Amino acid sequence: MVPQHLPTVVVIGNGMVGYKFCEKLLAKSTAFNLIVFGEEPRVAYDRVHLSEYFGGKTADDLLMAPLQWYHDNGITLHLGDAVQEINRDARTVHAHSGLVQPYDYLVLATGSSAFVPDIPGVEKAGVMVYRTIEDLEKIKAYAGSAHSGAVLGGGLLGLEAAKALLDLGVAETHVVEFAPRLMPRQIDDAGSQMLQSKLKALGLQIHLNKATSSIGGEEKIDALHFGNGSILPVDMLVISAGIRPRDELARLAGLDVGLRGGIVVNDEMRTSDASIFAIGECALHGGMIYGLVAPGYDMAEVVVSQLTQGARAFGGYDMSSKLKLIGVDVASFGDPFIAVPHSRSIVFEDAHSGVYKRINVSPDGKYLLGGVLIGDAEAYNMLLQTVNNKLALPPHPEDLMLGARGGEAAEGAGVMSLPDEALVCSCEAVTKGAICAAVTEQSVTTVDAMKKCNKAGTGCGGCVPLVKDLINGTLTAQGAYIKNVLCEHFDYSRQELFDLLKINNIRTYDAALDHFGKGDGCETCKPALGSILAGLWNDLIVKQHTIQDTNDRYLANIQKGGSYSVVPRIAGGEVTPEQLMVIGSVAKKFGLYTKITGGQRIDMFGAHVGDLPDIWEELINAGFESGHAYGKSLRTVKSCVGSTWCRFGLHDSVSFAIEIENRYKGIRSPHKLKGGVSGCVRECAEAQAKDFGIIATEKGWNLYVCGNGGAKPQHAQLLATDLDSATLIQYLDRFLMFYIKTADPLARTATWLNKMEGGMAYLKNVVVNDSLGIAADLEAEMALLINTYHCEWREVVENPELRKQFTHFVNVPRAKDPNVEFEEMRGQKKVKAW
Amino acid sequence: METTTDITWLPVCKTTDIPADGGACALVEGKQVAIFNFARRGEWYATQNLCPHKQQMALARGMIGSTGEACEPKVACPFHKRTFSLLTGECLNGDECSIRTYPVKVEGDNVYIGWEAD
Repeated sequence: MVPQHLPTVVVIGNGMVGYKFCEKLLAKSTAFNLIVFGEEPRVAYDRVHLSEYFGGKTADDLLMAPLQWYHDNGITLHLGDAVQEINRDARTVHAHSGLVQPYDYLVLATGSSAFVPDIPGVEKAGVMVYRTIEDLEKIKAYAGSAHSGAVLGGGLLGLEAAKALLDLGVAETHVVEFAPRLMPRQIDDAGSQMLQSKLKALGLQIHLNKATSSIGGEEKIDALHFGNGSILPVDMLVISAGIRPRDELARLAGLDVGLRGGIVVNDEMRTSDASIFAIGECALHGGMIYGLVAPGYDMAEVVVSQLTQGARAFGGYDMSSKLKLIGVDVASFGDPFIAVPHSRSIVFEDAHSGVYKRINVSPDGKYLLGGVLIGDAEAYNMLLQTVNNKLALPPHPEDLMLGARGGEAAEGAGVMSLPDEALVCSCEAVTKGAICAAVTEQSVTTVDAMKKCNKAGTGCGGCVPLVKDLINGTLTAQGAYIKNVLCEHFDYSRQELFDLLKINNIRTYDAALDHFGKGDGCETCKPALGSILAGLWNDLIVKQHTIQDTNDRYLANIQKGGSYSVVPRIAGGEVTPEQLMVIGSVAKKFGLYTKITGGQRIDMFGAHVGDLPDIWEELINAGFESGHAYGKSLRTVKSCVGSTWCRFGLHDSVSFAIEIENRYKGIRSPHKLKGGVSGCVRECAEAQAKDFGIIATEKGWNLYVCGNGGAKPQHAQLLATDLDSATLIQYLDRFLMFYIKTADPLARTATWLNKMEGGMAYLKNVVVNDSLGIAADLEAEMALLINTYHCEWREVVENPELRKQFTHFVNVPRAKDPNVEFEEMRGQKKVKAW
Repeated sequence: METTTDITWLPVCKTTDIPADGGACALVEGKQVAIFNFARRGEWYATQNLCPHKQQMALARGMIGSTGEACEPKVACPFHKRTFSLLTGECLNGDECSIRTYPVKVEGDNVYIGWEAD
């Protein structure tokens, strides 16, 4: 292949923005010869997180990309070689080393230097700036012998520097600011005062309204002298009084520069020479120097677009920012200062906990214009998005900053309500749509994976919480858990209806439909309401038999062909020989097929509906009761043989299983419930595959919940360990009642947990730590259900009116359905094939 | 759908034999007929008892209700929840065959099915 002549792009400056330009250009096109000059000895590093250098991060940790990256991508990199001259006529740059490099396009990413005010004595030892890793190393070396230190400048970087001094162990750290408040460009007076008091509490001494007139000391600094005559003795001084754009090369080359510095650029980031661009903190756009990384990245994107025949332009930049200063959240967004008559402000202040929040709302209350957050900036991302996307405000906009109060979810503030084009990561220009698409189409489920996928969150990192919320929100939406209403007749979720029926003391389906529903109901809402009513009042299910699914209507399981099966309760799987003989004789008398079930009991199949009351009469007379195999209710509590027989058993799992099965028998729930008790860790009862599983330990019982067998097996998760029996039952009461009250119709406990916000940690908090303060209520509600237990079959057998319902032909009560036919297999009967 | 010609009204059962807002099966001329007492609307319906989906004699044990803006009355088979219009017999949620519907009338406490000779 003959190498083509590729246009040469020379980048002067290897800082964050210069690096980002290379990365973005490479992503778009490799049809350039890319040459980079950097005056620092190391490759570009993350200056935004510079203070982490003191927190244990090494210089290598902070690198944007390792040296190898430049080689791998064919970039010629000249480090430690400052460009000294640009010859615009010859289109060459001249480096300190004597190298002359021609260019087709030149990108100035020279950044800025610390602004050092012209104060007598700034040359003294112990006076430093806070800008580069080298600066930090000097500060670090000096701080070791310093008892006191001051930072000149109470802006964002100044406070970062003050944190660095604190981290370095400087006993007495002062911040000196000329303006009457801290961070004068970002936050308002009240916010500044709150920040000040928080910083004071953390050991910083703040001096406002102080004009420094000179720096005292012989060879090295010993004090700051102020205009009002006062003196502050210090051993060292870090100057952080703002930045000065590095425009000297441009100046020398005759490019237009601003009066107060900065290389003038247009919307295409071109300087007064169309083949020379300037980006980052050296560029002056619309009279502004942008001292943040995100706008710098945006400028880099614009130049890449210009070089690759794109049409992107730079249109100014939102200077909203959020950071953690010495452990204090500080954020400002939109227009933090706008006031009456152009906006009205809502202010929240809690001096005790050091929280100040202000939001500025348009005079008509429809839109958010900006605000300030001190002490708690959790709402920052959402507020910023609300401003940038002009989202309509909810009726109570204060909810946006305070979170919803009164137990209801915040309205209109969900991350999923953002439009797809909402810019979430401004550093990398990743939209909400791109993030959600990565989840749905590329199965990205973690922030780390998202960073790899589209770089969202890799710049300043400020959007990471929002990225996480979007991932979770998208995953939740994928789980088809969107609008959670029962059916076309009830515009409520099961949980809402549970509460409504309870508060309004509603005890029948018809009353519920009249009060809260519409139409005539259907096969979805009828059994769901049946379950709710049973969970609330535990009334006899057959009193409202026409709203029950057929199994609950006939208190038996309908089988192929229309016959029913019969399952008496055999708690814990323990059964006497006499009981076995009763089951045998009943099955023989009514011609039933018998089989041991998965839940350690015996199922009798092939009963005609008209025979059910007679079958049960015999079973009940022999001491059996309903096994509720037909209900969305507790089925069985499976047990291993336990310590009474087993040589490994730690506790008597059978007795405990029987106790628990009898405790919860008959209670209706959103779906069926299964339990298990194992007498040791060998887990013969397979308790971890159950809705609740109990496993004996040396010290007591471990309680596992929300397991499932079935189509989507899922192991139960540990809720609590080493419980005594009474505490375990207490937790189980709470857990089951919480499930009964809050799950969706036909959601097993595993599904319920999977959809639960906060997952197992949340559930544990509710059940074990009573975080919602409802434990006593849950226990009382469960007690009501336990105390109102009745064997439904006994009620039917003893009630001639109820018995009448068990017939196939109303007009020929004794006749059986002639279509129910059987044939023989292995000595028993089976349903005749069609 | 309903015609009055050639219909014989056969007394089948008492109104109290069919539970309110539910159904029951009656044997009529050797055929299984599901009769529904839609008490909430003061209406009575009758259909074949056989669900065409899996050929189960079960519709009388299904739950009734309504659907849509027009509140079309329907019954859901207890086996697999196929639903059928009680007015037309049409399957509302699948491509099952329609079911047969029968005219019903109530006089006093007697329920009659209108029978056409096949």
